[in-house]
Amino acid sequence: MSQARGLARWWPEAATAVGLILGPWVLPLLGFSPDTVNRILVWGLFGLGFDLLFGYTGLLSFGQSAFFGTGGFMAAYLLTNNVIGNVVLALCLGTIGAAVAGVLVGLIALRRSGIYFAMITVAIAQVFFFVENSPLSAVTGGENGIPGVPAPLFDLGFVRWQVGNGWSMYGFLAICFFLALLLARRIVASPVGAILTAIRDNPARVEALGHATWRYKLTIFVVASAFAGFAGGLLGVLQGFMPPDAFTFDTSGQLVIQTVIGGAGTLFGPLFGAGVWLYLHDFLQGPMGLGSAWRLVLGLVFVLLVCFLRRGLIGGVRDLVRRRPAAEAPESSPELVDPSPAIVIAAVAPRRIAPPPHTGPVLQAFNLTRRYGGLIANNDINFSVNEGEIRGIIGPNGAGKSTFFKMLTCEVAPSSGRILFHGQDITGRGVAEVCQLGLTKSYQVNQLFTRLTVRDNITIAALAERRGLYRPDMLRRLDSVPGLSAQVDRTLGQVQLDHRADTPVSELAYGEKRRLEIGLALASSPTLLLLDEPLAGMSPRERTETLALLRDIRRGRTLVIVEHDMDAMFAFAERITVLNEGRLLAEGTPEEIQRNNFVQEAYLGGVHAA
Amino acid sequence: MLSWPNFVSQVFNGLALGALLSLISSGLTIIYGTLGVLNLAHGAMFMMGGYAGYVVFQATGSFALAVLGGSVVMVVIGVAIERVIIRHFYNRPDEDQILVTFGIGIVLVELVRLGFGSATVQIPAPDWAMGVTSLGFLIYPTYRIVVTGIAAVALLALYLVLYRTRLGMIVRAGIEDSGMVDMLGINVNMVFMLVFGIGAMAAGFAGIINAPVVALTPDSGETILVETFVVVVIGGVGSFPGAVLGGVIAGEILSITSMIDPSYSQVMLFAVMTLVLVLRPQGLLGQRGRA
Repeated sequence: MSQARGLARWWPEAATAVGLILGPWVLPLLGFSPDTVNRILVWGLFGLGFDLLFGYTGLLSFGQSAFFGTGGFMAAYLLTNNVIGNVVLALCLGTIGAAVAGVLVGLIALRRSGIYFAMITVAIAQVFFFVENSPLSAVTGGENGIPGVPAPLFDLGFVRWQVGNGWSMYGFLAICFFLALLLARRIVASPVGAILTAIRDNPARVEALGHATWRYKLTIFVVASAFAGFAGGLLGVLQGFMPPDAFTFDTSGQLVIQTVIGGAGTLFGPLFGAGVWLYLHDFLQGPMGLGSAWRLVLGLVFVLLVCFLRRGLIGGVRDLVRRRPAAEAPESSPELVDPSPAIVIAAVAPRRIAPPPHTGPVLQAFNLTRRYGGLIANNDINFSVNEGEIRGIIGPNGAGKSTFFKMLTCEVAPSSGRILFHGQDITGRGVAEVCQLGLTKSYQVNQLFTRLTVRDNITIAALAERRGLYRPDMLRRLDSVPGLSAQVDRTLGQVQLDHRADTPVSELAYGEKRRLEIGLALASSPTLLLLDEPLAGMSPRERTETLALLRDIRRGRTLVIVEHDMDAMFAFAERITVLNEGRLLAEGTPEEIQRNNFVQEAYLGGVHAA
Repeated sequence: MLSWPNFVSQVFNGLALGALLSLISSGLTIIYGTLGVLNLAHGAMFMMGGYAGYVVFQATGSFALAVLGGSVVMVVIGVAIERVIIRHFYNRPDEDQILVTFGIGIVLVELVRLGFGSATVQIPAPDWAMGVTSLGFLIYPTYRIVVTGIAAVALLALYLVLYRTRLGMIVRAGIEDSGMVDMLGINVNMVFMLVFGIGAMAAGFAGIINAPVVALTPDSGETILVETFVVVVIGGVGSFPGAVLGGVIAGEILSITSMIDPSYSQVMLFAVMTLVLVLRPQGLLGQRGRA
């Protein structure tokens, strides 16, 4: 298994190396000139960073030209003004300059996501273009760009290599591309890479599982900027001239188009897309005699691809190769008749960071109030749960249960009041931070990473507990995170999904998805687990199974459950809190609650009170 | 350089530009607000409206007919694009919608380039709007005043449609919750189609009335698109009043800064956008949690 995995892990690198070496002999036969191939490499390298940003993380930036231009002009300026003689050093400085620009732009653009992010990146890139064009034109040459960018010279003592034009330049660019590809593949295979793909799927859940989503986004934004800056520098070296076009919206647009044509989320997509683009550019303009209409053809191809083959050429081919009959999801796994005896393994993993020593209730809420405009969803609620308790929260629809839960996990800030967890004030803290302290929630509506497998889902959750809020370990392999696979396997066993570990979430049956939802929360090793309607939508049998699972996972932790299934709650919970119209109506043992007149009145509309 | 009449004249220029930007941005914002689609082809539609008006003007020689005919052409183009392509993207991710409208924009630009070449074309202002008008304190090109007026009237018309008609009520309800509108038995598909048509028309209409001021090229839409984005980010995506306010603010910033140093006008616009994003991320009149 591991040998096969090792081979599978390295074949893309090996194939790329072979392809790059064979390129000068094969590509001319297909009608590619060395200059075209060199451009393809520069755009392919530019696209490596963009694919990490867009294909893997889901951040569609239309402003990559800003960093392409920054890196390019910085390197070109340093080289042509005799500040630095070494081309590679200048390229590196340009890369750093682009990364710094990436930090500044990211701090602004990443304040918003989705369409806002796309619009802001467009606008900011336009500013870079204008700044290059006029205020800085003394440095950048304005509309003329910077001519006379030298090619690198390598002197290793025993051999001198002055990079020239054509295939000589290709050698240099191919090495650069290969190194950049190694780096990008490494990032994809790292814990950060795993978290990025989860962010693309469901950023809110990544945050709720205890990852500092925003910082990961900024990290990859800066990485993408650095790739862009390096590629920009190479463009200047390749052409011997740094063109102001590097900064235009067209540059960003071309990058997006090439990535989509080739296939986003593959790393090789941008390279292939650039190949298609530049080949069409040469072919349609030349032999076909289309002149400027070639862009129209390209635009049409692009629209058709987005409509019908969104995963691009590589994605399309991959789908064809991998087309296999989707495994039928069992309605309910038959081997789960009596799950409880199967799990005698240690139910609770020791937390990497132990909660601070503290006596008294695990969770306390004082005078918790939440207003939405004139509506008071929660009014002055005092609440406290003891260590190891199973607490049920019930109440009619609209009683404020969900709002209450959201405040406890810090998804929603209370309008007033305080929340203490292990004696620590957590009011107003972020949901990720609170999860890191050991308090998390399973959702009423499944919040899974639907494009990932079951194992990957659990891995994302376990990573937060293993690595903390944020760690830029982009060069570490995912499977080298200490204790990770043990924790993932343990969780998979607990929620009885070990036999489905490599199944994509989209192929799971509903009951399995519900178990995975609980598994996500469990994998972060919470000491206090909130469960929002864990039985919702389940068949009677699935209910029994889930209750058995809950009974199993309660060992060593505290559970608070919101549920509409009264019978289950009265049988399962040790104490019950009743909310009604945003207030705390009653609290006590199940027997006390069942006998409580106020509760009967709230549920039965005052019939009994009369 | 910094004289009082110059300043007043720049404020007027800003108002004219602002009214234009407001009009284009309101088209973008009602499309986004109702359909949930960010239309990256909006700049191309602005440009295409100008060319449609130019064609009608060439045929008839009448400016009024050019405005009218060009607008009708843009509604038809908008509706056709919605029916053939955009409709299939409502249930796809944001990024797909952005990509497809981006592609449509390229196709529109290249189609125009194919038909008219890359050279500039211009629609002359109507005879009655030629020359200058004395406003007492300022002598100002008549057509600029007319453009501001027309844009303001068009905005008012759009406002009346949005806030005083049944269609407008549905559109505004759709902005809040299109699923609910669908459930109420209203034909959302029809409404979406109309909204896209109206949005395209708003951009195209602006393109026509701007054509006598700035000559057209197939690439005219690009800068406009970027400025439109800044406008809706400042005003708040999906907010009609936000688009109007953002448009005027952007117009004034561009004009007044360019009086001091034209090369900094875009930078200034961006600085203000950043300020808004930092202080009020949802935009001046946008609602929290919408985007």
